[in-house]
Amino acid sequence: MRLSCPLCGERDRREFTYQGAAAMVDRPAPGATTEQWSDWLHLRDNPAGRTRDLWYHEAGCGAWLVVERDTVTHEIFGTALVGGDHAD
Amino acid sequence: MRFSGWRIVREGLTGNRGWRPHWRTPDPKPEYDIVIIGGGGHGLATAFYLAKEHGLLNVAVLEKGYLGGGNVGRNTTIVRANYNLPGNSEFYSHSLKLWEGMEQELNFNTMMSQRGVLNLFHSDGQRDYAARRGNSMRLQGDDAELLDREQVRAMVPYLDFDTARFPIYGGLFHARGGTARHDAVAWGYARGADARGVDLIQNCEVTGIDIAGGRVQGVQTTRGAIRARKVGIVVAGRSSQVAALAGMRLPIESHVLQAFVTEGLKPCIDHVVTFGMGHFYISQSDKGGLVFGGDLDFYASYAARGNLPMAEHVMEAAMTLMPMIGKARVLRSWGGIMDMSPDGSPIIDRTGIEGLYLNCGWCYGGFKAVPGSGFSFAHLIATDRPHAPAARFRLDRFATGRGLMDEEGTGAQHNLH
Ligand SMILES: Cc1cc2nc3c(=O)[nH]c(=O)nc-3n(C[C@H](O)[C@H](O)[C@H](O)COP(=O)(O)OP(=O)(O)OC[C@H]3O[C@@H](n4cnc5c(N)ncnc54)[C@H](O)[C@@H]3O)c2cc1C
Ligand SMILES: [Zn+2]
Repeated sequence: MRLSCPLCGERDRREFTYQGAAAMVDRPAPGATTEQWSDWLHLRDNPAGRTRDLWYHEAGCGAWLVVERDTVTHEIFGTALVGGDHAD
Repeated sequence: MRFSGWRIVREGLTGNRGWRPHWRTPDPKPEYDIVIIGGGGHGLATAFYLAKEHGLLNVAVLEKGYLGGGNVGRNTTIVRANYNLPGNSEFYSHSLKLWEGMEQELNFNTMMSQRGVLNLFHSDGQRDYAARRGNSMRLQGDDAELLDREQVRAMVPYLDFDTARFPIYGGLFHARGGTARHDAVAWGYARGADARGVDLIQNCEVTGIDIAGGRVQGVQTTRGAIRARKVGIVVAGRSSQVAALAGMRLPIESHVLQAFVTEGLKPCIDHVVTFGMGHFYISQSDKGGLVFGGDLDFYASYAARGNLPMAEHVMEAAMTLMPMIGKARVLRSWGGIMDMSPDGSPIIDRTGIEGLYLNCGWCYGGFKAVPGSGFSFAHLIATDRPHAPAARFRLDRFATGRGLMDEEGTGAQHNLH
């Protein structure tokens, strides 16, 4: 599997560290209920198919990426920097 | 049909014409008292103990593929009771005791081999932890022995003891641990459940869960609707999809774990050996293949196959620990889908829906749990009360923060357990 970093180009999967579902970026507001915090921390959609998750370009530029990919076929559809600047 | 030495002699003398299929292939009935979703090790053991311990015989196991085609037939077969934390400790202790009686209980050769599990350590810190873990195991009533470097050398002289980077300081030896034949465990429970009247229904995927007034009513399947008073979900890597049919979102992320086997060799590795630096573990199957594996591929996946970086990492760890393995040729590699939980420990509990029960979160360690999980899940479904050794496997521990069992101490991140 290879991932394309918007800043560095296509790189070996070993340069990246996986964090988890991209929904983790949407932290509950500071005043959210304990249940909302627990859901955010623990519960997952965990789809078999298309998903968006977070990867850190650890052995590269150090950027956080949102990768859109398929959890069944391992096909990569696209990558973007967390917080914007879309690239393929 | 009972197995015995006498029976084998008789069949041998009469052309082996007396053997019969081990279980029936019934069509689903329109209604059961209890439906178990998932015909893996846990689902089959649950059905067996529902029948045997609770006399509940109007039970069906629904399996979307074939019995034992999931993780129960894909794992590296290590059985042990060497957990550190309360909750896990008593549960795996109970499970190991069931393993020790399993072949008699099932009248089936599951090739349970208590050859011993040796966990190596490579630093003072790891030795301290091994000592502490060994004490926990002994306090639980299980066996553990802390070995120094020379004792380990006498036991497994083929390891490389003097690598500059990861010298072997010693090991924690758990003599009652070992391996079993994974398929045989699924078949043995299937046969035992069937013989007591449980319907095992293969090629039957559950596509919907019917709920009315907060109570489960039955399931929709590719072979029609089936009504049931109680439904148990035991589908390992597919837990999130099946729970979603009941409107639930689970604390589970599915990850792929790979395993490898070499060509058959003469006996050379007598125990289960685990490397403490870089995840790697190995045993030798009765057929002679060296069976080994390592960590998850670390990213969420439903592909029952992995990627090359982890294969490379596992091979490197193997060569570091036992250079002799470089002469063996790898025959096959494969992967299975693991139901990873946020604290690395499982869930056996009721759900918010009456009559619907959940069993999941076994991560990469659910083979050793097969008898214990089946026993405890059957108890919960039959009596609506948790079974004592599994009472801490609560679904609400993540929301309350009480009773988390994070053996690895890595925090609430699914892929790090
Ligand atoms: C490579 C590898 C190595 C491992 N090594 C070890 C080890 O050494 N020791 C250890 O203790 N554990 C180990 N494990 C973990 C262990 O195999 C699992 O935790 C355990 O087998 C999971 O429980 P199960 O047997 O019930 O799962 P499975 O056998 O996966 O059973 C689940 C069943 O549910 C069925 N199902 C799914 N969805 C549906 C549906 N909608 N309708 C009907 N049926 C459905 C599936 O087809 C499947 O047959 C390993 C796993 C892997 C992959
Ligand atoms: Zn980059």
